[in-house]
Amino acid sequence: MIDFLAGLGRTGLGWFAVLGRASMFLVRVLFSQDAVLRRFSLTVAELYSVGVRSLLIIVVSGLFVGMVLGYQGYITLVNFGAAEALGGVVALSLVRELGPVVTALLFAGRAGSALTAEIGLMKATEQLSAMEMMAVDPYRRVFAPRFFAGFVSMPLLAALFSAVGVIGGYLVGVGLLGVDSGAYFSQMQAVTDWREDVVSGIIKSVVFGFVVTWIAVFQGFDAEPTSEGISRATTQTVVVSALAVLGLDFILTGLMFGDL
Amino acid sequence: MKLRFLEVSVGLFVLLGIAALFYLAVQVSNIAEYRDSDTFEVTAYFDHIGGLKVRAPVTASGVRIGRVSRIAYDPERFQARVTMAIQSDHDYLPVDTQASIFTAGLLGEQYIALEPGGDYEMLQEGDEMLFTQSALVLENMIGRFLTNVSAD
Repeated sequence: MIDFLAGLGRTGLGWFAVLGRASMFLVRVLFSQDAVLRRFSLTVAELYSVGVRSLLIIVVSGLFVGMVLGYQGYITLVNFGAAEALGGVVALSLVRELGPVVTALLFAGRAGSALTAEIGLMKATEQLSAMEMMAVDPYRRVFAPRFFAGFVSMPLLAALFSAVGVIGGYLVGVGLLGVDSGAYFSQMQAVTDWREDVVSGIIKSVVFGFVVTWIAVFQGFDAEPTSEGISRATTQTVVVSALAVLGLDFILTGLMFGDL
Repeated sequence: MKLRFLEVSVGLFVLLGIAALFYLAVQVSNIAEYRDSDTFEVTAYFDHIGGLKVRAPVTASGVRIGRVSRIAYDPERFQARVTMAIQSDHDYLPVDTQASIFTAGLLGEQYIALEPGGDYEMLQEGDEMLFTQSALVLENMIGRFLTNVSAD
């Protein structure tokens, strides 16, 4: 019994210690952000590996999610004779929820895990220590550009996801199922509010981008410098990011749409 | 050459993302409505507003000329005070214009329809519309119908 309590306490303290290390890490990374502009070619390279190389998976999943929404929405709406409202259903669910959340989950799996593994391996092969020996600050050289790239890419990817999803819904709804093309877009514009729906979605994606990149870069930095430690850190990145995104989504949705 | 490819593809990626945002703004949402910020506000008191919501359309002859900006309960008049923001280029509404709450379709959203009167004076910013017609409440209608039927 006492052992169990002690174990519980140790686990809890461990969590707090990780949280504290992560916060201190974040503060140092944020204060190193001036390096992003000073070594801009590094940032561009990171934007390429984090953002550009995530494009394909985001666009393809966005298209399919939009097409499925088109199908499912049509099947439900046609029972009420309201198939014309399909555009609104597709756009609202994409812009408010699916765009930011699904993009963040895919982003954590595609880019977050790669960031963790890369930084973890740098640590295991003592590249980070070597940089410090040469008086190169790894926060400026390694962490700041990666953090910035993830933070910037995520909202752009989420916007792309939603836009492609709307087109996917159009392809199925208008092309396959025969909803009127004008009704699809006019319904969409009638129910989707710029400030309340689109901007809220963008704010969500910015928050998710921040959190996912923070978790990914920190997990790599905090990884045990062994091959097993790196694999554990990579798994942790995906699991913790997914939980953080879904939990934050609930809180943000409550804050943004709670009074409606 | 490698660096150039990186830069061009990152530039394209950022452009693509901004284009998607632009698409969401223009094609998907109602951002055009925020552009006509030149509006004037008039108020009207209703006994019952039914399911009227903020941002509901305000129409004249079925054409949308503004939207509902505020709904509040006035505890002194025991009525609902509805504030409407009407586009400034439609400022030729006579003071005896009637505001009625109608429903679009059988289950659609509720909106305010304005029927211009014949007065020479026009509504100004902050004016109050005197003639209003409340929303029809289905339960009241059924109740009235039942009393009529049972009276026969």
